[in-house]
Amino acid sequence: MSSGHHQPSALQQERLAYRRSRARRSTVVAFLSTVVFAVAAWLAVTSSPGWPRVRDSFFDVDAALRALPAVLDGLWLNLRVLVVCEVLILALGLGLAALRSLRGPVWFPLRALATGYVDLFRGLPLIICLFLVGFGLPGLRLTGVPTDPVVLGCVALVLVYSAYVSEVLRAGIESVHPSQRAAARSLGLTHAQAMRIVILPQAVRRVLPPLLNDFVALQKDCGLISVLGAVDAVRAAQIESAKLYDFTPYVLAGLLFVAMAVPSARLADWASARAARRRGGAS
Amino acid sequence: MTPVLRVRNLVRHYGANAVLRGVDLDVAEHEVVVLIGASGSGKSTLLRCVNLLEEVDDGQVFLDGVDVSDPRADADAARRRMGIVFQAYNLFPHMTVLDNVTLAPRVVHGVDPAVARERARELLDRVGLADRTGAYPDQLSGGQQQRVAIVRALAHEPRLLLLDEITSALDPELVGEVLTLVRDLAAQGRTILMATHEMGFAKQVADRVCFLADGVLLESGPPEQVLGAPEHPRTQAFLRRIIAAGRL
Repeated sequence: MSSGHHQPSALQQERLAYRRSRARRSTVVAFLSTVVFAVAAWLAVTSSPGWPRVRDSFFDVDAALRALPAVLDGLWLNLRVLVVCEVLILALGLGLAALRSLRGPVWFPLRALATGYVDLFRGLPLIICLFLVGFGLPGLRLTGVPTDPVVLGCVALVLVYSAYVSEVLRAGIESVHPSQRAAARSLGLTHAQAMRIVILPQAVRRVLPPLLNDFVALQKDCGLISVLGAVDAVRAAQIESAKLYDFTPYVLAGLLFVAMAVPSARLADWASARAARRRGGAS
Repeated sequence: MTPVLRVRNLVRHYGANAVLRGVDLDVAEHEVVVLIGASGSGKSTLLRCVNLLEEVDDGQVFLDGVDVSDPRADADAARRRMGIVFQAYNLFPHMTVLDNVTLAPRVVHGVDPAVARERARELLDRVGLADRTGAYPDQLSGGQQQRVAIVRALAHEPRLLLLDEITSALDPELVGEVLTLVRDLAAQGRTILMATHEMGFAKQVADRVCFLADGVLLESGPPEQVLGAPEHPRTQAFLRRIIAAGRL
């Protein structure tokens, strides 16, 4: 901000003092209004006629503690599914984006195939894709087709999310100015080399924030594999909830998903801020 | 002797708009040929066609006697034997100066990375950028970026160097450092085909000046003739405008 050695004049010091006092006032106002809102919301909920019943069936600490081990076990499965799926999604998404970026009539069939894939799986609701893959695929009774609901759930997630991710990556690839491609080709690099060494590194940097956003979305959608019968955090919460005759395990699982998403969300914020800084710095 | 570059009846359209309408041009070894002409006269398109960055719509481009515009020819192999420098530098922003310069030797020509780095440092030292090898392009001034771009184009010892209005995007006080470098390259006997608006510079370094108008090469000859006593009325009109703008 400053050159370090410059001694601000009296005028500037007075200005700085004024700015500091304004900042202090804003902080106080923001803090007080937050407290007032929180208290009002709390009072509105707790003074409602049904609150005692809701508290017992949704916010029962004892039930939460009893359900915790099973739900955590389930969450561990979600986490593993997340990591495996994300790797596969990135690989497949990158392949699709590369196919859709091919030019020239020779590549029409591949381009059309990739476009059809993206249109289909971006439009198909995830839950329907899960049902079709999870119940339809094993129903064919083909040898070699997996029957494990976790594996089938992963397949459905990868199918749908790779379509999204490929579009994000393609947007990145197309945002790199054509002159970069020209410069790379003029040095004698082949199309594949230019893509790998020059275009993709710039493209991925630009689309990192939206990619991380998709990652956060995937994190919670991993919970949907429970509809196929996989015992993940959501399914475990459902089982515990039936055993305890109490909805608290769902709230517990929900809070755990939120807790898991917060680091990813902060990472996404940090990546966006860094990207904005870099763009600003490159004058 | 076969010229390094021979262009015959080169035609290039953008839709209905004919940018090059049958250009013939030879560049002999060690020759410096300067293309002049108004914006839109086809100078850049000619250079980009020679570098095979644009497909030609008719005619031929021979590099050392081989028709590289033939679709059966290996365009990547042909480009490896040329170097081009663009108006907007087009350095790779995600790579350091050293990586920009060593990319083609390392990846395309299979030079040992250590050897490529050594050679790049030498070249960068010669253009006064030895201390900026670790910098990224956006940390350099325009003139420095353009000098790096020239070094990058030279790193794989091209037979032919193509320069496309390399000083047009520079602030006036930075033009000199880039032109000095080109003057050195010409003195070293490099074969250069360049498009420029710097008429004074063309006068000094060019062996031959070619005037392009509406996609046709109207006049070609030694600089003192084309710039001093042009024969074609369009060349005369063009130069009058340049002189009126105080650029010659």
